[in-house]
Amino acid sequence: MNKTLKKYFPIFVLPTLAAFTIGFLIPFAEGIYLSFCKFTTVNNAKWVGISNYVTALKDEAFLHSFWFTVAFTVVSTITINLLAFAVALVLTRGIKGTNIFRTVFFMPNLIGGIVLGYIWQILINCVLSIVEEPLLGLNTPAGYWGLIVLMAWQQVGYMMIIYIAGLQNVSPDLLEAAAIDGANSWQTLIKIKLPMVMSSVTICLFLTLTNSFKLFDQNLSLTAGEPNHATEMLALNIYNTFYARSGPQWKGIGQAKAVIFFVVVVIIALVQLRATRSKEVQQ
Amino acid sequence: MKKALALVLAGVMALSLAACGSTPSSTATSGGDSTGTSTPAAAGKVYYLNFKPEQDEDWQNLAKVYTEQTGVPVEVVTAASGTYETTLMAEMGKSDAPTLFQVNGPVGLANWKDYCYDLAGSDIYSQLTSDTYALKEGDVVYGIGYVIESYGIITNKTLLAEAGYTVEDIQSFEDLKAVAEDITARKDELGFAAFTSAGMDGSSDWRFKTHLANLPIYFEYQDEGITSTDAIKGTYLDNYKNIWDLYINNATCEPTELAAKTADDSLNEFLAGEAVFYQNGSWEYGNVTGEGKFTDDDLAMIPIYIGVGDEANQGLCTGTENYWCVNNMASEEDIQATLDFINWCVTSEEGTTAMATEMGFVIPFKAAQESANLFVKTDAEMTAAGKTPVSWNFTTMPSEEWKNVLGTALTAYAAGTGSWDDVVTAFVDNWAAEYQLANG
Repeated sequence: MNKTLKKYFPIFVLPTLAAFTIGFLIPFAEGIYLSFCKFTTVNNAKWVGISNYVTALKDEAFLHSFWFTVAFTVVSTITINLLAFAVALVLTRGIKGTNIFRTVFFMPNLIGGIVLGYIWQILINCVLSIVEEPLLGLNTPAGYWGLIVLMAWQQVGYMMIIYIAGLQNVSPDLLEAAAIDGANSWQTLIKIKLPMVMSSVTICLFLTLTNSFKLFDQNLSLTAGEPNHATEMLALNIYNTFYARSGPQWKGIGQAKAVIFFVVVVIIALVQLRATRSKEVQQ
Repeated sequence: MKKALALVLAGVMALSLAACGSTPSSTATSGGDSTGTSTPAAAGKVYYLNFKPEQDEDWQNLAKVYTEQTGVPVEVVTAASGTYETTLMAEMGKSDAPTLFQVNGPVGLANWKDYCYDLAGSDIYSQLTSDTYALKEGDVVYGIGYVIESYGIITNKTLLAEAGYTVEDIQSFEDLKAVAEDITARKDELGFAAFTSAGMDGSSDWRFKTHLANLPIYFEYQDEGITSTDAIKGTYLDNYKNIWDLYINNATCEPTELAAKTADDSLNEFLAGEAVFYQNGSWEYGNVTGEGKFTDDDLAMIPIYIGVGDEANQGLCTGTENYWCVNNMASEEDIQATLDFINWCVTSEEGTTAMATEMGFVIPFKAAQESANLFVKTDAEMTAAGKTPVSWNFTTMPSEEWKNVLGTALTAYAAGTGSWDDVVTAFVDNWAAEYQLANG
C-alpha cells in the first residue's frame, strides 16, 4: 500500500500543485514584485523601490482603517464566539424543536455578504430615523455597531454548528463521572466541556478572526466607509486606493498595502493558532 | 479496483484543472472573411471595450454591419455597470488588448495617458464640430468625445401649471426660488413638492457632488479665464449653498433623510407626480418617458440657475465625459483598423443612424443626425436662441476622493450634523490637497 502510494503520489499531487502554482504562487510572487513598482497594467511595470511602502505607511486613512479593523475584529470575535457557544449549549440539551432552531440560526449564513449589507442598511437607517439620529452615512458609531451586529447575525449560526459538533463529541463517561463527583453544571462546563471542545474553539476563533480582519463585502454594502473613510476597513481601503484614485502611482501603493495586509493577517492567524492549540487536550 | 479508482480521481482533478484554464467566451462578432461591397480598409482588427451597458446590443449590431461591409472583424465587449475601470485594467494587461477604449475626462486620462494614441492627424478628429470635444494636452489629442449630453432641472410642466406657473416664469435663480418656495408653502393643498429628494446615497449623490458642483466651478473658471486649476478659490460657494438649501428644504422628504435616499427613490417620486423638479440629464429621457410615464408635452428641461452671471442667457449644462481613445500599444494594422472603424461610425449613414436613433446619442460630428431625445432638442433650441451652454468642468475635479469628501460634507450639512464651513473646506482645501496627491 505504502509502496503504491509512493509510486503514484506525483499523479495525485501534480494537478493540484499545478493549479496552486498557477492560481496562487505565481500571482502572489508577481503581487509582491508589483508592490515595488509603478504600473497601470501588470505587464508594464516600472521599478520604484520601497517608496510605495513608505507612502502606504504614512497614509492616515490606512492607519485609521487598521485600528478600526482591529477594534472591529476584537469585539466581533468575542461576541460571535460567546453567542455561538451559548446557542450551541442550549441546542445540545435536547429541547423540543432543536433541529428547527439550528436550521433557523444557520440560515443567515446562506445569504451573501453584499445582500446582507444592504438589508441591514435599510433596517438600521429606519431605526436611526425613528430615533432621530443621523443616518448610517453620517454616523460612525452606528456604522461600527451595525457592522458588528451584522457579522454576529451572519456568523453565529455557522460557528454554532461547529460548537455543537464539538459538544456532542464530549464523552458521556466524563460527564457522568463529573456528576458522580458532585460537580455542578457550571463546573462541568468550565472543567469538562470547555477543555474538551478546545479544538472547536481553535477553529472558530481562527475563522472569525480572519473573517473579521478580511471583511470586505459587508463593509462595502453597509457603510461603504462613510463618513469620510471613518468606517473603512483594511480591505476596503486597499480596494479604494487601487480603484478610486487616479494616477498610476496609486496602483503600486494599493499593492504595497495589500502585501502589508497579508503579512498582518498571517501573523495574527499564526499567533492565535499557537495560543489556542497549546490549550487543546487529547482524549 | 483501487487502481481504477485512483485513475478516475486523477482524471477528475486533471479535468477540473483544464476547466479552470479555458477562457470564458466573449461576445465577439467577428464576421470572418465575408467579402463586402467596399474594399477592406486595413488588415487589422478592432476590439472595442464599451462603457455603456445599455447600448451593448446596438454596438454589437453596428459592429456586425461594419464587418459585413468591410470584412474587418470588430469585437465589442461591454464591461458590467460600474466595473469599467477594473475591466479595462485587466483587459489592457492581456496580449490581445482592446484597441478602442474610453476615458471619462482629464482625470480619468491620468491613468491611461501612456496608452493613448495621438489622434491629432486622424480623420475622426477633423470630423469634430468643435475642438472643445477633444481631450487635448498641448497639441496632442488623447481622446475624442463621441457623445454630448446635457443636464438641468427636468420639470413636470403639468404640475407646474397646477401650481399656477409656466417654465417661462423661471428665468433666474430668484424665479426658481420664488416658485419652489411658493409650492412648498402650498404643499398640502397642491399635494406635491417642488423638488424630488436630493438623495445622497451612492447611486444618486453624483448629481450634487459632481453635477451641481460643476456650476460654481464653471463660473469661477469663466472669471479666471482658465479651463482647469490646481487650487480652486470657491468664489461662488455661497451660490452653491443657496441652490443646495433650496433643493433640500423644498423637497419631498426631510433633509435628515437624504443620506439614505437613492436614485430610484428620486426617479419614482418624479414619475409618481410627487414633485415638479428633478435634477438630472438627457440620459434619463428613456426613464421618464414611455408607456405609463410622461410624454414630451409634460416635460421640459430648464437650466440650473444659481444666481451668477448672465442668467437670461444661461443654457443647459452640456458636455461629454465619454472619450474614445485608441490603444497605442496595439499593432499598426489594428490601430489603422480602429481609426477607420470609429471614423465610419460617425460619418457613414448606418453609423450615424445607429448612434442617433438606436443609442439616442447626440454626437459632436459634422455628419450627425438629429436625435429624438427631447432634452437634447431643448439644448439645441437654447443654443440656437443664443444661450450659452454651461460646459462640463467637473471632469477637472482632482479625484473621486474629492467628490466623495464633498458628498459627505453636503450630506452632513443637510442632516444638520455638519456645518457649511465643512463643505467649503471639502471644496477648497481638499481640492488643493487632492490635486497634489494625484499629480505630485
